[in-house]
Amino acid sequence: MDWLQQLINGLALGSIYALIALGYTMVYGVLRFINFAHSDVLMLGAFAAFFLEPAVSKLFSPQSYLGALVVVLLAAALCAAIGILIELLAYRPLRSRPRLTVLITAIGVSLFIEFTCQHPAVFGAATRPFPRLLPERHFQFGGATVMSDDLVVPLLTSGLLAVLWLVVQHTRIGTAMRAVAFNPQAAALMGVNINRVISFTFGLGSALAAVAGILYALKAPGIEPLMGIQPGLRAFIAAVVGGIGNLPGAVLGGLVIGLLETFAGGIPGLSNYRDGIAFLILILILLFRPAGLLGRAQVEKV
Amino acid sequence: MSWGAKRWLLLAVACAIGVSLLSHHFNRYYLGIAIDVGINIILAVSLNLINGHTGQFSLGHAGFMAVGGYTSAKLTLELSRLLPEAAWPALFLAALLVGGALAALAGLMVGVPSLRLRGDYLAIVTLGFGEIIRVLLQNLEAVGAASGLKGIPNWTNFGWTWALAALTVFAITCMVHSTYGRGFIAVHDDEVAASAMGINPVKYKVTAFVVGAFFAGIAGGLYAHHKQFLSPTGFDFMKSIDIVVMVILGGMGRTVGVILAAALLTVLPEALRGFSDYRMILYSLLIILLMLLRPQGLFSVGRRARLGSATN
Amino acid sequence: MSAAPATASTGLLRMEQCTIRFGGLTAVSELDLHIGEDQLVGLIGPNGAGKTTAFNLITGVYRPTAGRIHFRNEPLSGLTPQEIAARGVARTFQNIRLFSSLTVFDNVRVAVQLRQTGGLLRALWRGRAFERQERAIETEVMEILDIFRLSRFRHTLARNLPYGDQRRLEIVRALATRPRLLLLDEPAAGMNPTEKVELMKLIEFVKEKYRISVLLVEHDMQVVMGICSRITVLDHGVKIAEGAPEEVRAHPKVIEAYLGDNKGGRK
Repeated sequence: MDWLQQLINGLALGSIYALIALGYTMVYGVLRFINFAHSDVLMLGAFAAFFLEPAVSKLFSPQSYLGALVVVLLAAALCAAIGILIELLAYRPLRSRPRLTVLITAIGVSLFIEFTCQHPAVFGAATRPFPRLLPERHFQFGGATVMSDDLVVPLLTSGLLAVLWLVVQHTRIGTAMRAVAFNPQAAALMGVNINRVISFTFGLGSALAAVAGILYALKAPGIEPLMGIQPGLRAFIAAVVGGIGNLPGAVLGGLVIGLLETFAGGIPGLSNYRDGIAFLILILILLFRPAGLLGRAQVEKV
Repeated sequence: MSWGAKRWLLLAVACAIGVSLLSHHFNRYYLGIAIDVGINIILAVSLNLINGHTGQFSLGHAGFMAVGGYTSAKLTLELSRLLPEAAWPALFLAALLVGGALAALAGLMVGVPSLRLRGDYLAIVTLGFGEIIRVLLQNLEAVGAASGLKGIPNWTNFGWTWALAALTVFAITCMVHSTYGRGFIAVHDDEVAASAMGINPVKYKVTAFVVGAFFAGIAGGLYAHHKQFLSPTGFDFMKSIDIVVMVILGGMGRTVGVILAAALLTVLPEALRGFSDYRMILYSLLIILLMLLRPQGLFSVGRRARLGSATN
Repeated sequence: MSAAPATASTGLLRMEQCTIRFGGLTAVSELDLHIGEDQLVGLIGPNGAGKTTAFNLITGVYRPTAGRIHFRNEPLSGLTPQEIAARGVARTFQNIRLFSSLTVFDNVRVAVQLRQTGGLLRALWRGRAFERQERAIETEVMEILDIFRLSRFRHTLARNLPYGDQRRLEIVRALATRPRLLLLDEPAAGMNPTEKVELMKLIEFVKEKYRISVLLVEHDMQVVMGICSRITVLDHGVKIAEGAPEEVRAHPKVIEAYLGDNKGGRK
């Protein structure tokens, strides 16, 4: 069990979880519900990249950085559009309804996407190998073999996070997002266009999920319509662990879950229970620190 | 209502046994479906107590079913060899009850941590528990781990299933309609007001989980001895969702509606076998349309159930 | 009527130096409040003075950061709201908190069950003892509904009641727990003058018939001055005056709190 290797793998996995978790936490922040369909957007991102890659490879050379960037950007844009569309059709009509209704609708949307994609006429249920978007290089680093992919993931993620932070803290729409998350009615009274902010949030979160889906697919045995479920669930748990609604918390949670899972996978007795580790952490956090690692507890007014 | 209510129960049980004795006259296929309906009624009505009446959104009901199913199956597999055939019905009942009891224990373990959680959080935690149970079963060699438990005796028949279904409906209905039982709905409606009136919300929530889990365990036992094979993947998130959809379709809290919905959602997939490609797509579309157009369920008439109201 | 506060020796409710802080905000500060048997006491103050917070301290929704609360000479701190209700403290809420999907009958029934035994197993077994108990509960509920003229609504869902009747139902539900002390949080909110007069009569009737003490939080001065024998005034969590209605009405600090010194407008 090479702990350095585990560390690198864990960071890579954690970064992917962080990207997905951000989408969950942003949507929860502005709409106060769990977008179950988020995990399927990451799957759609991977599939979008899958179908775009041949065309892009013809324009630019195969396995080029520019080509990979174009694929990722196109897939992200496509998924942003899909995310906005889902919100428009399935969640917006339910804006004033109890949160539980929307939650169940989200489950329905998620299942709908999964089953439709499993249909032979769409993607089919079989696993397809994912194309190599980038040239593969190895580095030796203190006894561990670092793949270029493992470096790209944290680097790309850090870059995206920096961009996200700039958007959320320093742009008008980002400030509007934070205002809506804090108090929707007050934000509306201040002239914020709630619908636009929510659409933007969905679009942004979905774009990040698409990137995460592609990064996840690079290391996965292949892509298939149900590939988003497990990472999606882990990422949601990461968002809760970090403090739902809290952006840095989502990142922290993602890294924590990613690292713990990877290390657990390396311990012989524990590896079979890998799936359950994330849930165990969730339950422990909700028992002892329900607001999450970085979250603030909310007091109900009687 | 003392003897009145029990009279209905005895009548139902007698009918169930009667039909069972005549079962060789009926088509095996339809009988199998009828048994499935009975099992799903138990599952839906027991989840209704947790989700509908008490308002605790549980997405892990399949986990309780699994605990009950595996426990009872293991018991019958081990002990049926040691006991004479005449004792088998008693063994079956005992196995079902032990399965239910263990499931109730699981319900206790899920219910207690869930006390402080609301809505979505509770949903995810219960989902998590369901997954943990599944992962544990997948690694438990004693019950076949991932390859599953085979060769379970085929002891479930129409009589057992529908007698127990009648008992479940009777028990839960009686419970909820008593003065004590009004507390479940009070806790759902307004926990703060309920505690100000002397009701202990903790006790009610945990009781709902324990009782709901108990009956789910019984259903699991019946299921195990019907399909004769158990696999951990059969008790995953999708199975929990199946049961949740029955409760929602029936109108959360409406027992009659939930029973009808359970029957409908058992029979419909069978009737639509020809469209098996599109079956799950239609099913998920049904969920979405249901929430958009009629969140109070198909079968709630007159009473505007809480999911349909615009308030919190 | 003397302005001296009730003697503490047989005090029903004794709050001593109660303080509660939420983060940086001190909602209630060193509050002393004594209520004796058979008293109708008012608790007034501008918005945000800490009146509902004081209620929440008494009923166990909040735990005081400092100070003690005794009810019938037994400490209340650390008890859960349901335990406090069992001791004989009942309340209504500022924003009506009825059990909206239960009928009027069931709303009261739920409160009556406070003093019942048996619970789950009895409900399942449905023996003769259970039936007798249910009969007795039903009789009790119908009686109290009759007294307060709500029986014709008994099968109506609580959320479908007219507003005034909802307020009345909330009081009736609290009474069904057979309290010794009843806390009413702005029961006159949203009522027209006629309804307010009815309410005043209702509160006095309740106090006389059930021999309970009432602590009333209310903004309407007519109601408060009309029925309370003693009034305590809070402002920013601190008690600024206490005494008979006439005294409080003329107290300079009270006038200042409500009207503002020379600047603020009338509340």
